[in-house]
Amino acid sequence: MMKREKMRIVSTRVIAKETIEMVLENKWISTHASPGQFLHIQIGSHTLRRPISIADCNHVTNEITILFKITGDGTRHLGEYQVGNYLDVLGPIGNGFPTNITAQSTVLLVGGGIGVPPLYFLGKFLKENGINIKAVLGFQGEDHVFYEPNFRELGETIIVTNDGSYGEKGYVTDVLENNLAFDYYYSCGPTPMLRSLISVLKGKKGYISLEERMGCGVGACLACILPAKNERGYKKICSDGPVFNVEEVTI
Amino acid sequence: MTNLAIELPGLSLKNPVMPASGCFGFGREYATFYNLNKLGAVIMKAATMQERLGNPTPRVAETASGMLNAIGLQNPGVTKIIETEVPFLSQFNTNIIANIAGSSLEEYVEVARAFNETDQVHALELNISCPNVKEGGLQFGTDPLMAARVTEAVKKSTNLPVYVKLSPNVSDIVQIAKAVEAAGADGLSMINTLTGMQIHLPSRRPLIANKTGGLSGPAIKPIAIRMIYEVSSQVNIPIIGMGGIQRAEDVLEFLLAGASAVAIGTANFQNPFICADIIDDLPRVLKQYGFNSVREAIGKGIVA
Repeated sequence: MMKREKMRIVSTRVIAKETIEMVLENKWISTHASPGQFLHIQIGSHTLRRPISIADCNHVTNEITILFKITGDGTRHLGEYQVGNYLDVLGPIGNGFPTNITAQSTVLLVGGGIGVPPLYFLGKFLKENGINIKAVLGFQGEDHVFYEPNFRELGETIIVTNDGSYGEKGYVTDVLENNLAFDYYYSCGPTPMLRSLISVLKGKKGYISLEERMGCGVGACLACILPAKNERGYKKICSDGPVFNVEEVTI
Repeated sequence: MTNLAIELPGLSLKNPVMPASGCFGFGREYATFYNLNKLGAVIMKAATMQERLGNPTPRVAETASGMLNAIGLQNPGVTKIIETEVPFLSQFNTNIIANIAGSSLEEYVEVARAFNETDQVHALELNISCPNVKEGGLQFGTDPLMAARVTEAVKKSTNLPVYVKLSPNVSDIVQIAKAVEAAGADGLSMINTLTGMQIHLPSRRPLIANKTGGLSGPAIKPIAIRMIYEVSSQVNIPIIGMGGIQRAEDVLEFLLAGASAVAIGTANFQNPFICADIIDDLPRVLKQYGFNSVREAIGKGIVA
């Protein structure tokens, strides 16, 4: 269940090229957040809120971490907010990653760019519940890499950069051949990456988190629709997702 | 005590505020935020005869003080709306206005007939102004003769009062308003969105997959006010005003321009409680500017 809440900015810092990590404090949202959910954030007087996924959640300090990339006016403006400012947030929103999987299973996390953050919250949660974690994280180049040590704490982590300036060179799918020993995969990243991932991992059980330009964020306006193999022929990314079983949607 | 109630054809409104069509779905999502009994009415998302899956994504883009949308009239079809959505909204003590759309005059008539057979819908909003579908919608709304023809045909097929939703994408909105009034419209609803476009610099392509979209939000409010001001003195039917309303002061501005009630669209996305918040704040604003009722304020901004 989501609520409209005020979240206090506890810290904000540039963590990689054009990428900001912000820690927000709010008890209700931190108590109710689960991996894969997102916040719909009001930024100044911008007409539309911005959906940003939850990268971490601390139930003790009531803190939520978000990471976002500066891609336009809204995210640039959000990046200018200071510690102590409050954000008007709808959240937590959406159906996250399924986490009720058998202990001792192995999960492969595959993240691309700004799709990496929700996988950290997920990986941390799963590890605490006895799941083995492997991660393959893709970034444009060395300047864009973030959270590598965080993921290494969860399990074996491979970093891939498109230009080869750090870690392996190429795409996340290039390193999968030698890393197929897992029970489930969970992924978030650019649509072309997800498409090729689904094709390479055909037959494996997987869940993907999708993004789209959103309007209301609560399931009413039908802006963020994707074709689906269900009776009505579509799913809403904001309220049916943003996480989907790879079998149920067409991207 | 400020009187917010207003009587319009088919609608006994406890207050003049209703969510606009397409921005509130069928109320289910917003009913989780507040009790819809609060609302003067709910205008449902557009209904067509058959189910429509709408346009490709992206369907929305932010603009300066507004947004573009091109949803494409996605809806489950009138039969399903009557079976599942109307009964849901009927639980609430509010008026239900059904927005009807179509690709042909026959489709408008069929959808109007379908709603006429329920006893839970209080009025129809005739959508001849959707800019986001290839056929229908706007082609009826930009030609006075076509607008009159579809209004007349729909009026003949229903006992419900018909509010015709006008497009601002015309050079003379008064002419269209007069034409639909002469054709039997019980009221007007104005304005729909303005057709716009935004180009995404990295991809050098229109940001909205449909290329064009309907511009809404505070950016269009002065246009809505001007058009309502022009039309209200030229017709004798009431106007439900809309276009960029964000606060109770804006509602008063629409009333002064000649609207008898208002609909709130885009602002629901920013603040899901906006309709309820504005209803709560409206008495204060009316009082501040010297009015004891909504009725008193209607058309009071019009200079002879």
